[in-house]
Amino acid sequence: MNLQLDQDGRLRHFLTVEGLPPALLTQILDTAESFSSVIGKSVKKVPLLRGRTVMNLFFEASTRTRTTFELAAKRLSADVINLDISTSSAVKGESLLDTLWTLEAMQCDMFVVRHRDSGAAHFIARHVRPGVSVINAGDGRHAHPTQAMLDMFTIRQHKGDFAPLVVAIVGDILHSRVARSQIHALNALGVAEVRVIGPRTLLPRDIDDLGARVFYDMRSGLRDVDVVCMLRLQRERMEGALLPSEAEFFRRYGLTEDKLALAKPDAIVMHPGPINRGVEIDSAVADGPRSVILPQVTNGIAVRMAVMSLAMQATGEAA
Amino acid sequence: MTELEPVEVLLDRIASELEAKRLERPLMIGIHTGGVWVAQRLHERLGLPEPLGTLDIAFHRDDFSRIGMQPQVRPSRLPFDVDDRHVILVDDVLYTGRTVRAALNEIFDYGRPASVLLAVLVDRGGRELPIAADVTGQRLELPPGQQLKLQGPDPLSMVIRAQA
Repeated sequence: MNLQLDQDGRLRHFLTVEGLPPALLTQILDTAESFSSVIGKSVKKVPLLRGRTVMNLFFEASTRTRTTFELAAKRLSADVINLDISTSSAVKGESLLDTLWTLEAMQCDMFVVRHRDSGAAHFIARHVRPGVSVINAGDGRHAHPTQAMLDMFTIRQHKGDFAPLVVAIVGDILHSRVARSQIHALNALGVAEVRVIGPRTLLPRDIDDLGARVFYDMRSGLRDVDVVCMLRLQRERMEGALLPSEAEFFRRYGLTEDKLALAKPDAIVMHPGPINRGVEIDSAVADGPRSVILPQVTNGIAVRMAVMSLAMQATGEAA
Repeated sequence: MTELEPVEVLLDRIASELEAKRLERPLMIGIHTGGVWVAQRLHERLGLPEPLGTLDIAFHRDDFSRIGMQPQVRPSRLPFDVDDRHVILVDDVLYTGRTVRAALNEIFDYGRPASVLLAVLVDRGGRELPIAADVTGQRLELPPGQQLKLQGPDPLSMVIRAQA
């Protein structure tokens, strides 16, 4: 049985997009659309999670993801605790469980977890008591499902239907949990084609199994695409000899107006942030008319509200 | 038991009662789904200049932890500023009063109206909260086992059925 779903097939934990039924992904997008109207009210709050406690458990630094999760929970009227747990060395399984049980003893209803290790959110989800939900806010190189869903929401907002779309994901695919989740979500929602563009050294070996067409040359990869998803280049990878230099990377895989001209005229440009200007994307593109980078941030709140409320409804009866 | 009157008759009755109140520049808000259908007819009959507002109270319901998320929540749209305005809130059936309670909460998330007046097509009794309609098309007492449902959107008709 899928750990993420309850016996009625409703979302209980949101750990990865992989393996979730497309109808559930669409339900998340539809619910998020309803929540986006909440932003237009003078009181930007609904009482759905009133009396519930959400713990943001961040073992790895993050500003925008943590802030938008916090804002999403607050707009649902939940009480929110932010815990930034620094990890100079990897957290051992045992101490992670001790942390978890201590926090559970405080009667919380949901953990939002970010961790440098792949599988951390799954690990926590397997050990929480019934009635507690776990949302993955990014684990290692594995998954970042709410980021992927806010990207899908942004694409649907601008393009309507997924079926005819060609979407290119560009950059460091190998280390990117965002890219993995995006590829799963795009394929589940039935886009015409997913392309990945990057140097050989930054593409995962299992890329063919993920369902994406590989391009090493950015210009041929961008031809006639509807959506360009740029990825953040993790600068620390530079030292690992995977890349010659930032300047060389920008020359070959940085998104410039010149390269973007090969995409469809109405193509949109996305980036999960924070952006490295002049490394993976030129400022003229990032700030240009086809960039939807800031709307992505705004949409992140509504999408996280949707995921949190859907997960809490499934656990509601058990609580 | 009282017979249900035709919806058109009820709409005429409500419209004329609302007109008699001589509200100053009223705004109209319908509650999804049946309330919006009724509000569309009333909005037209009264010739209100400002667009109709619609409310989906799914996010304000008091039974979320028991029955969970409603399928298909439509966004609420209030294309006007409710501050200091007289609001006519419209629903099809007034029963427990919980929907109206939720709708009032939602309206106050948008601002502070001068007054809110409740107009319903049918008041079927069975209130669980201290809420009453100001204008009612028809009153009847229905036992809890029966469901009163507005079918629409075109034409509108009321049906009584045994609860599923």
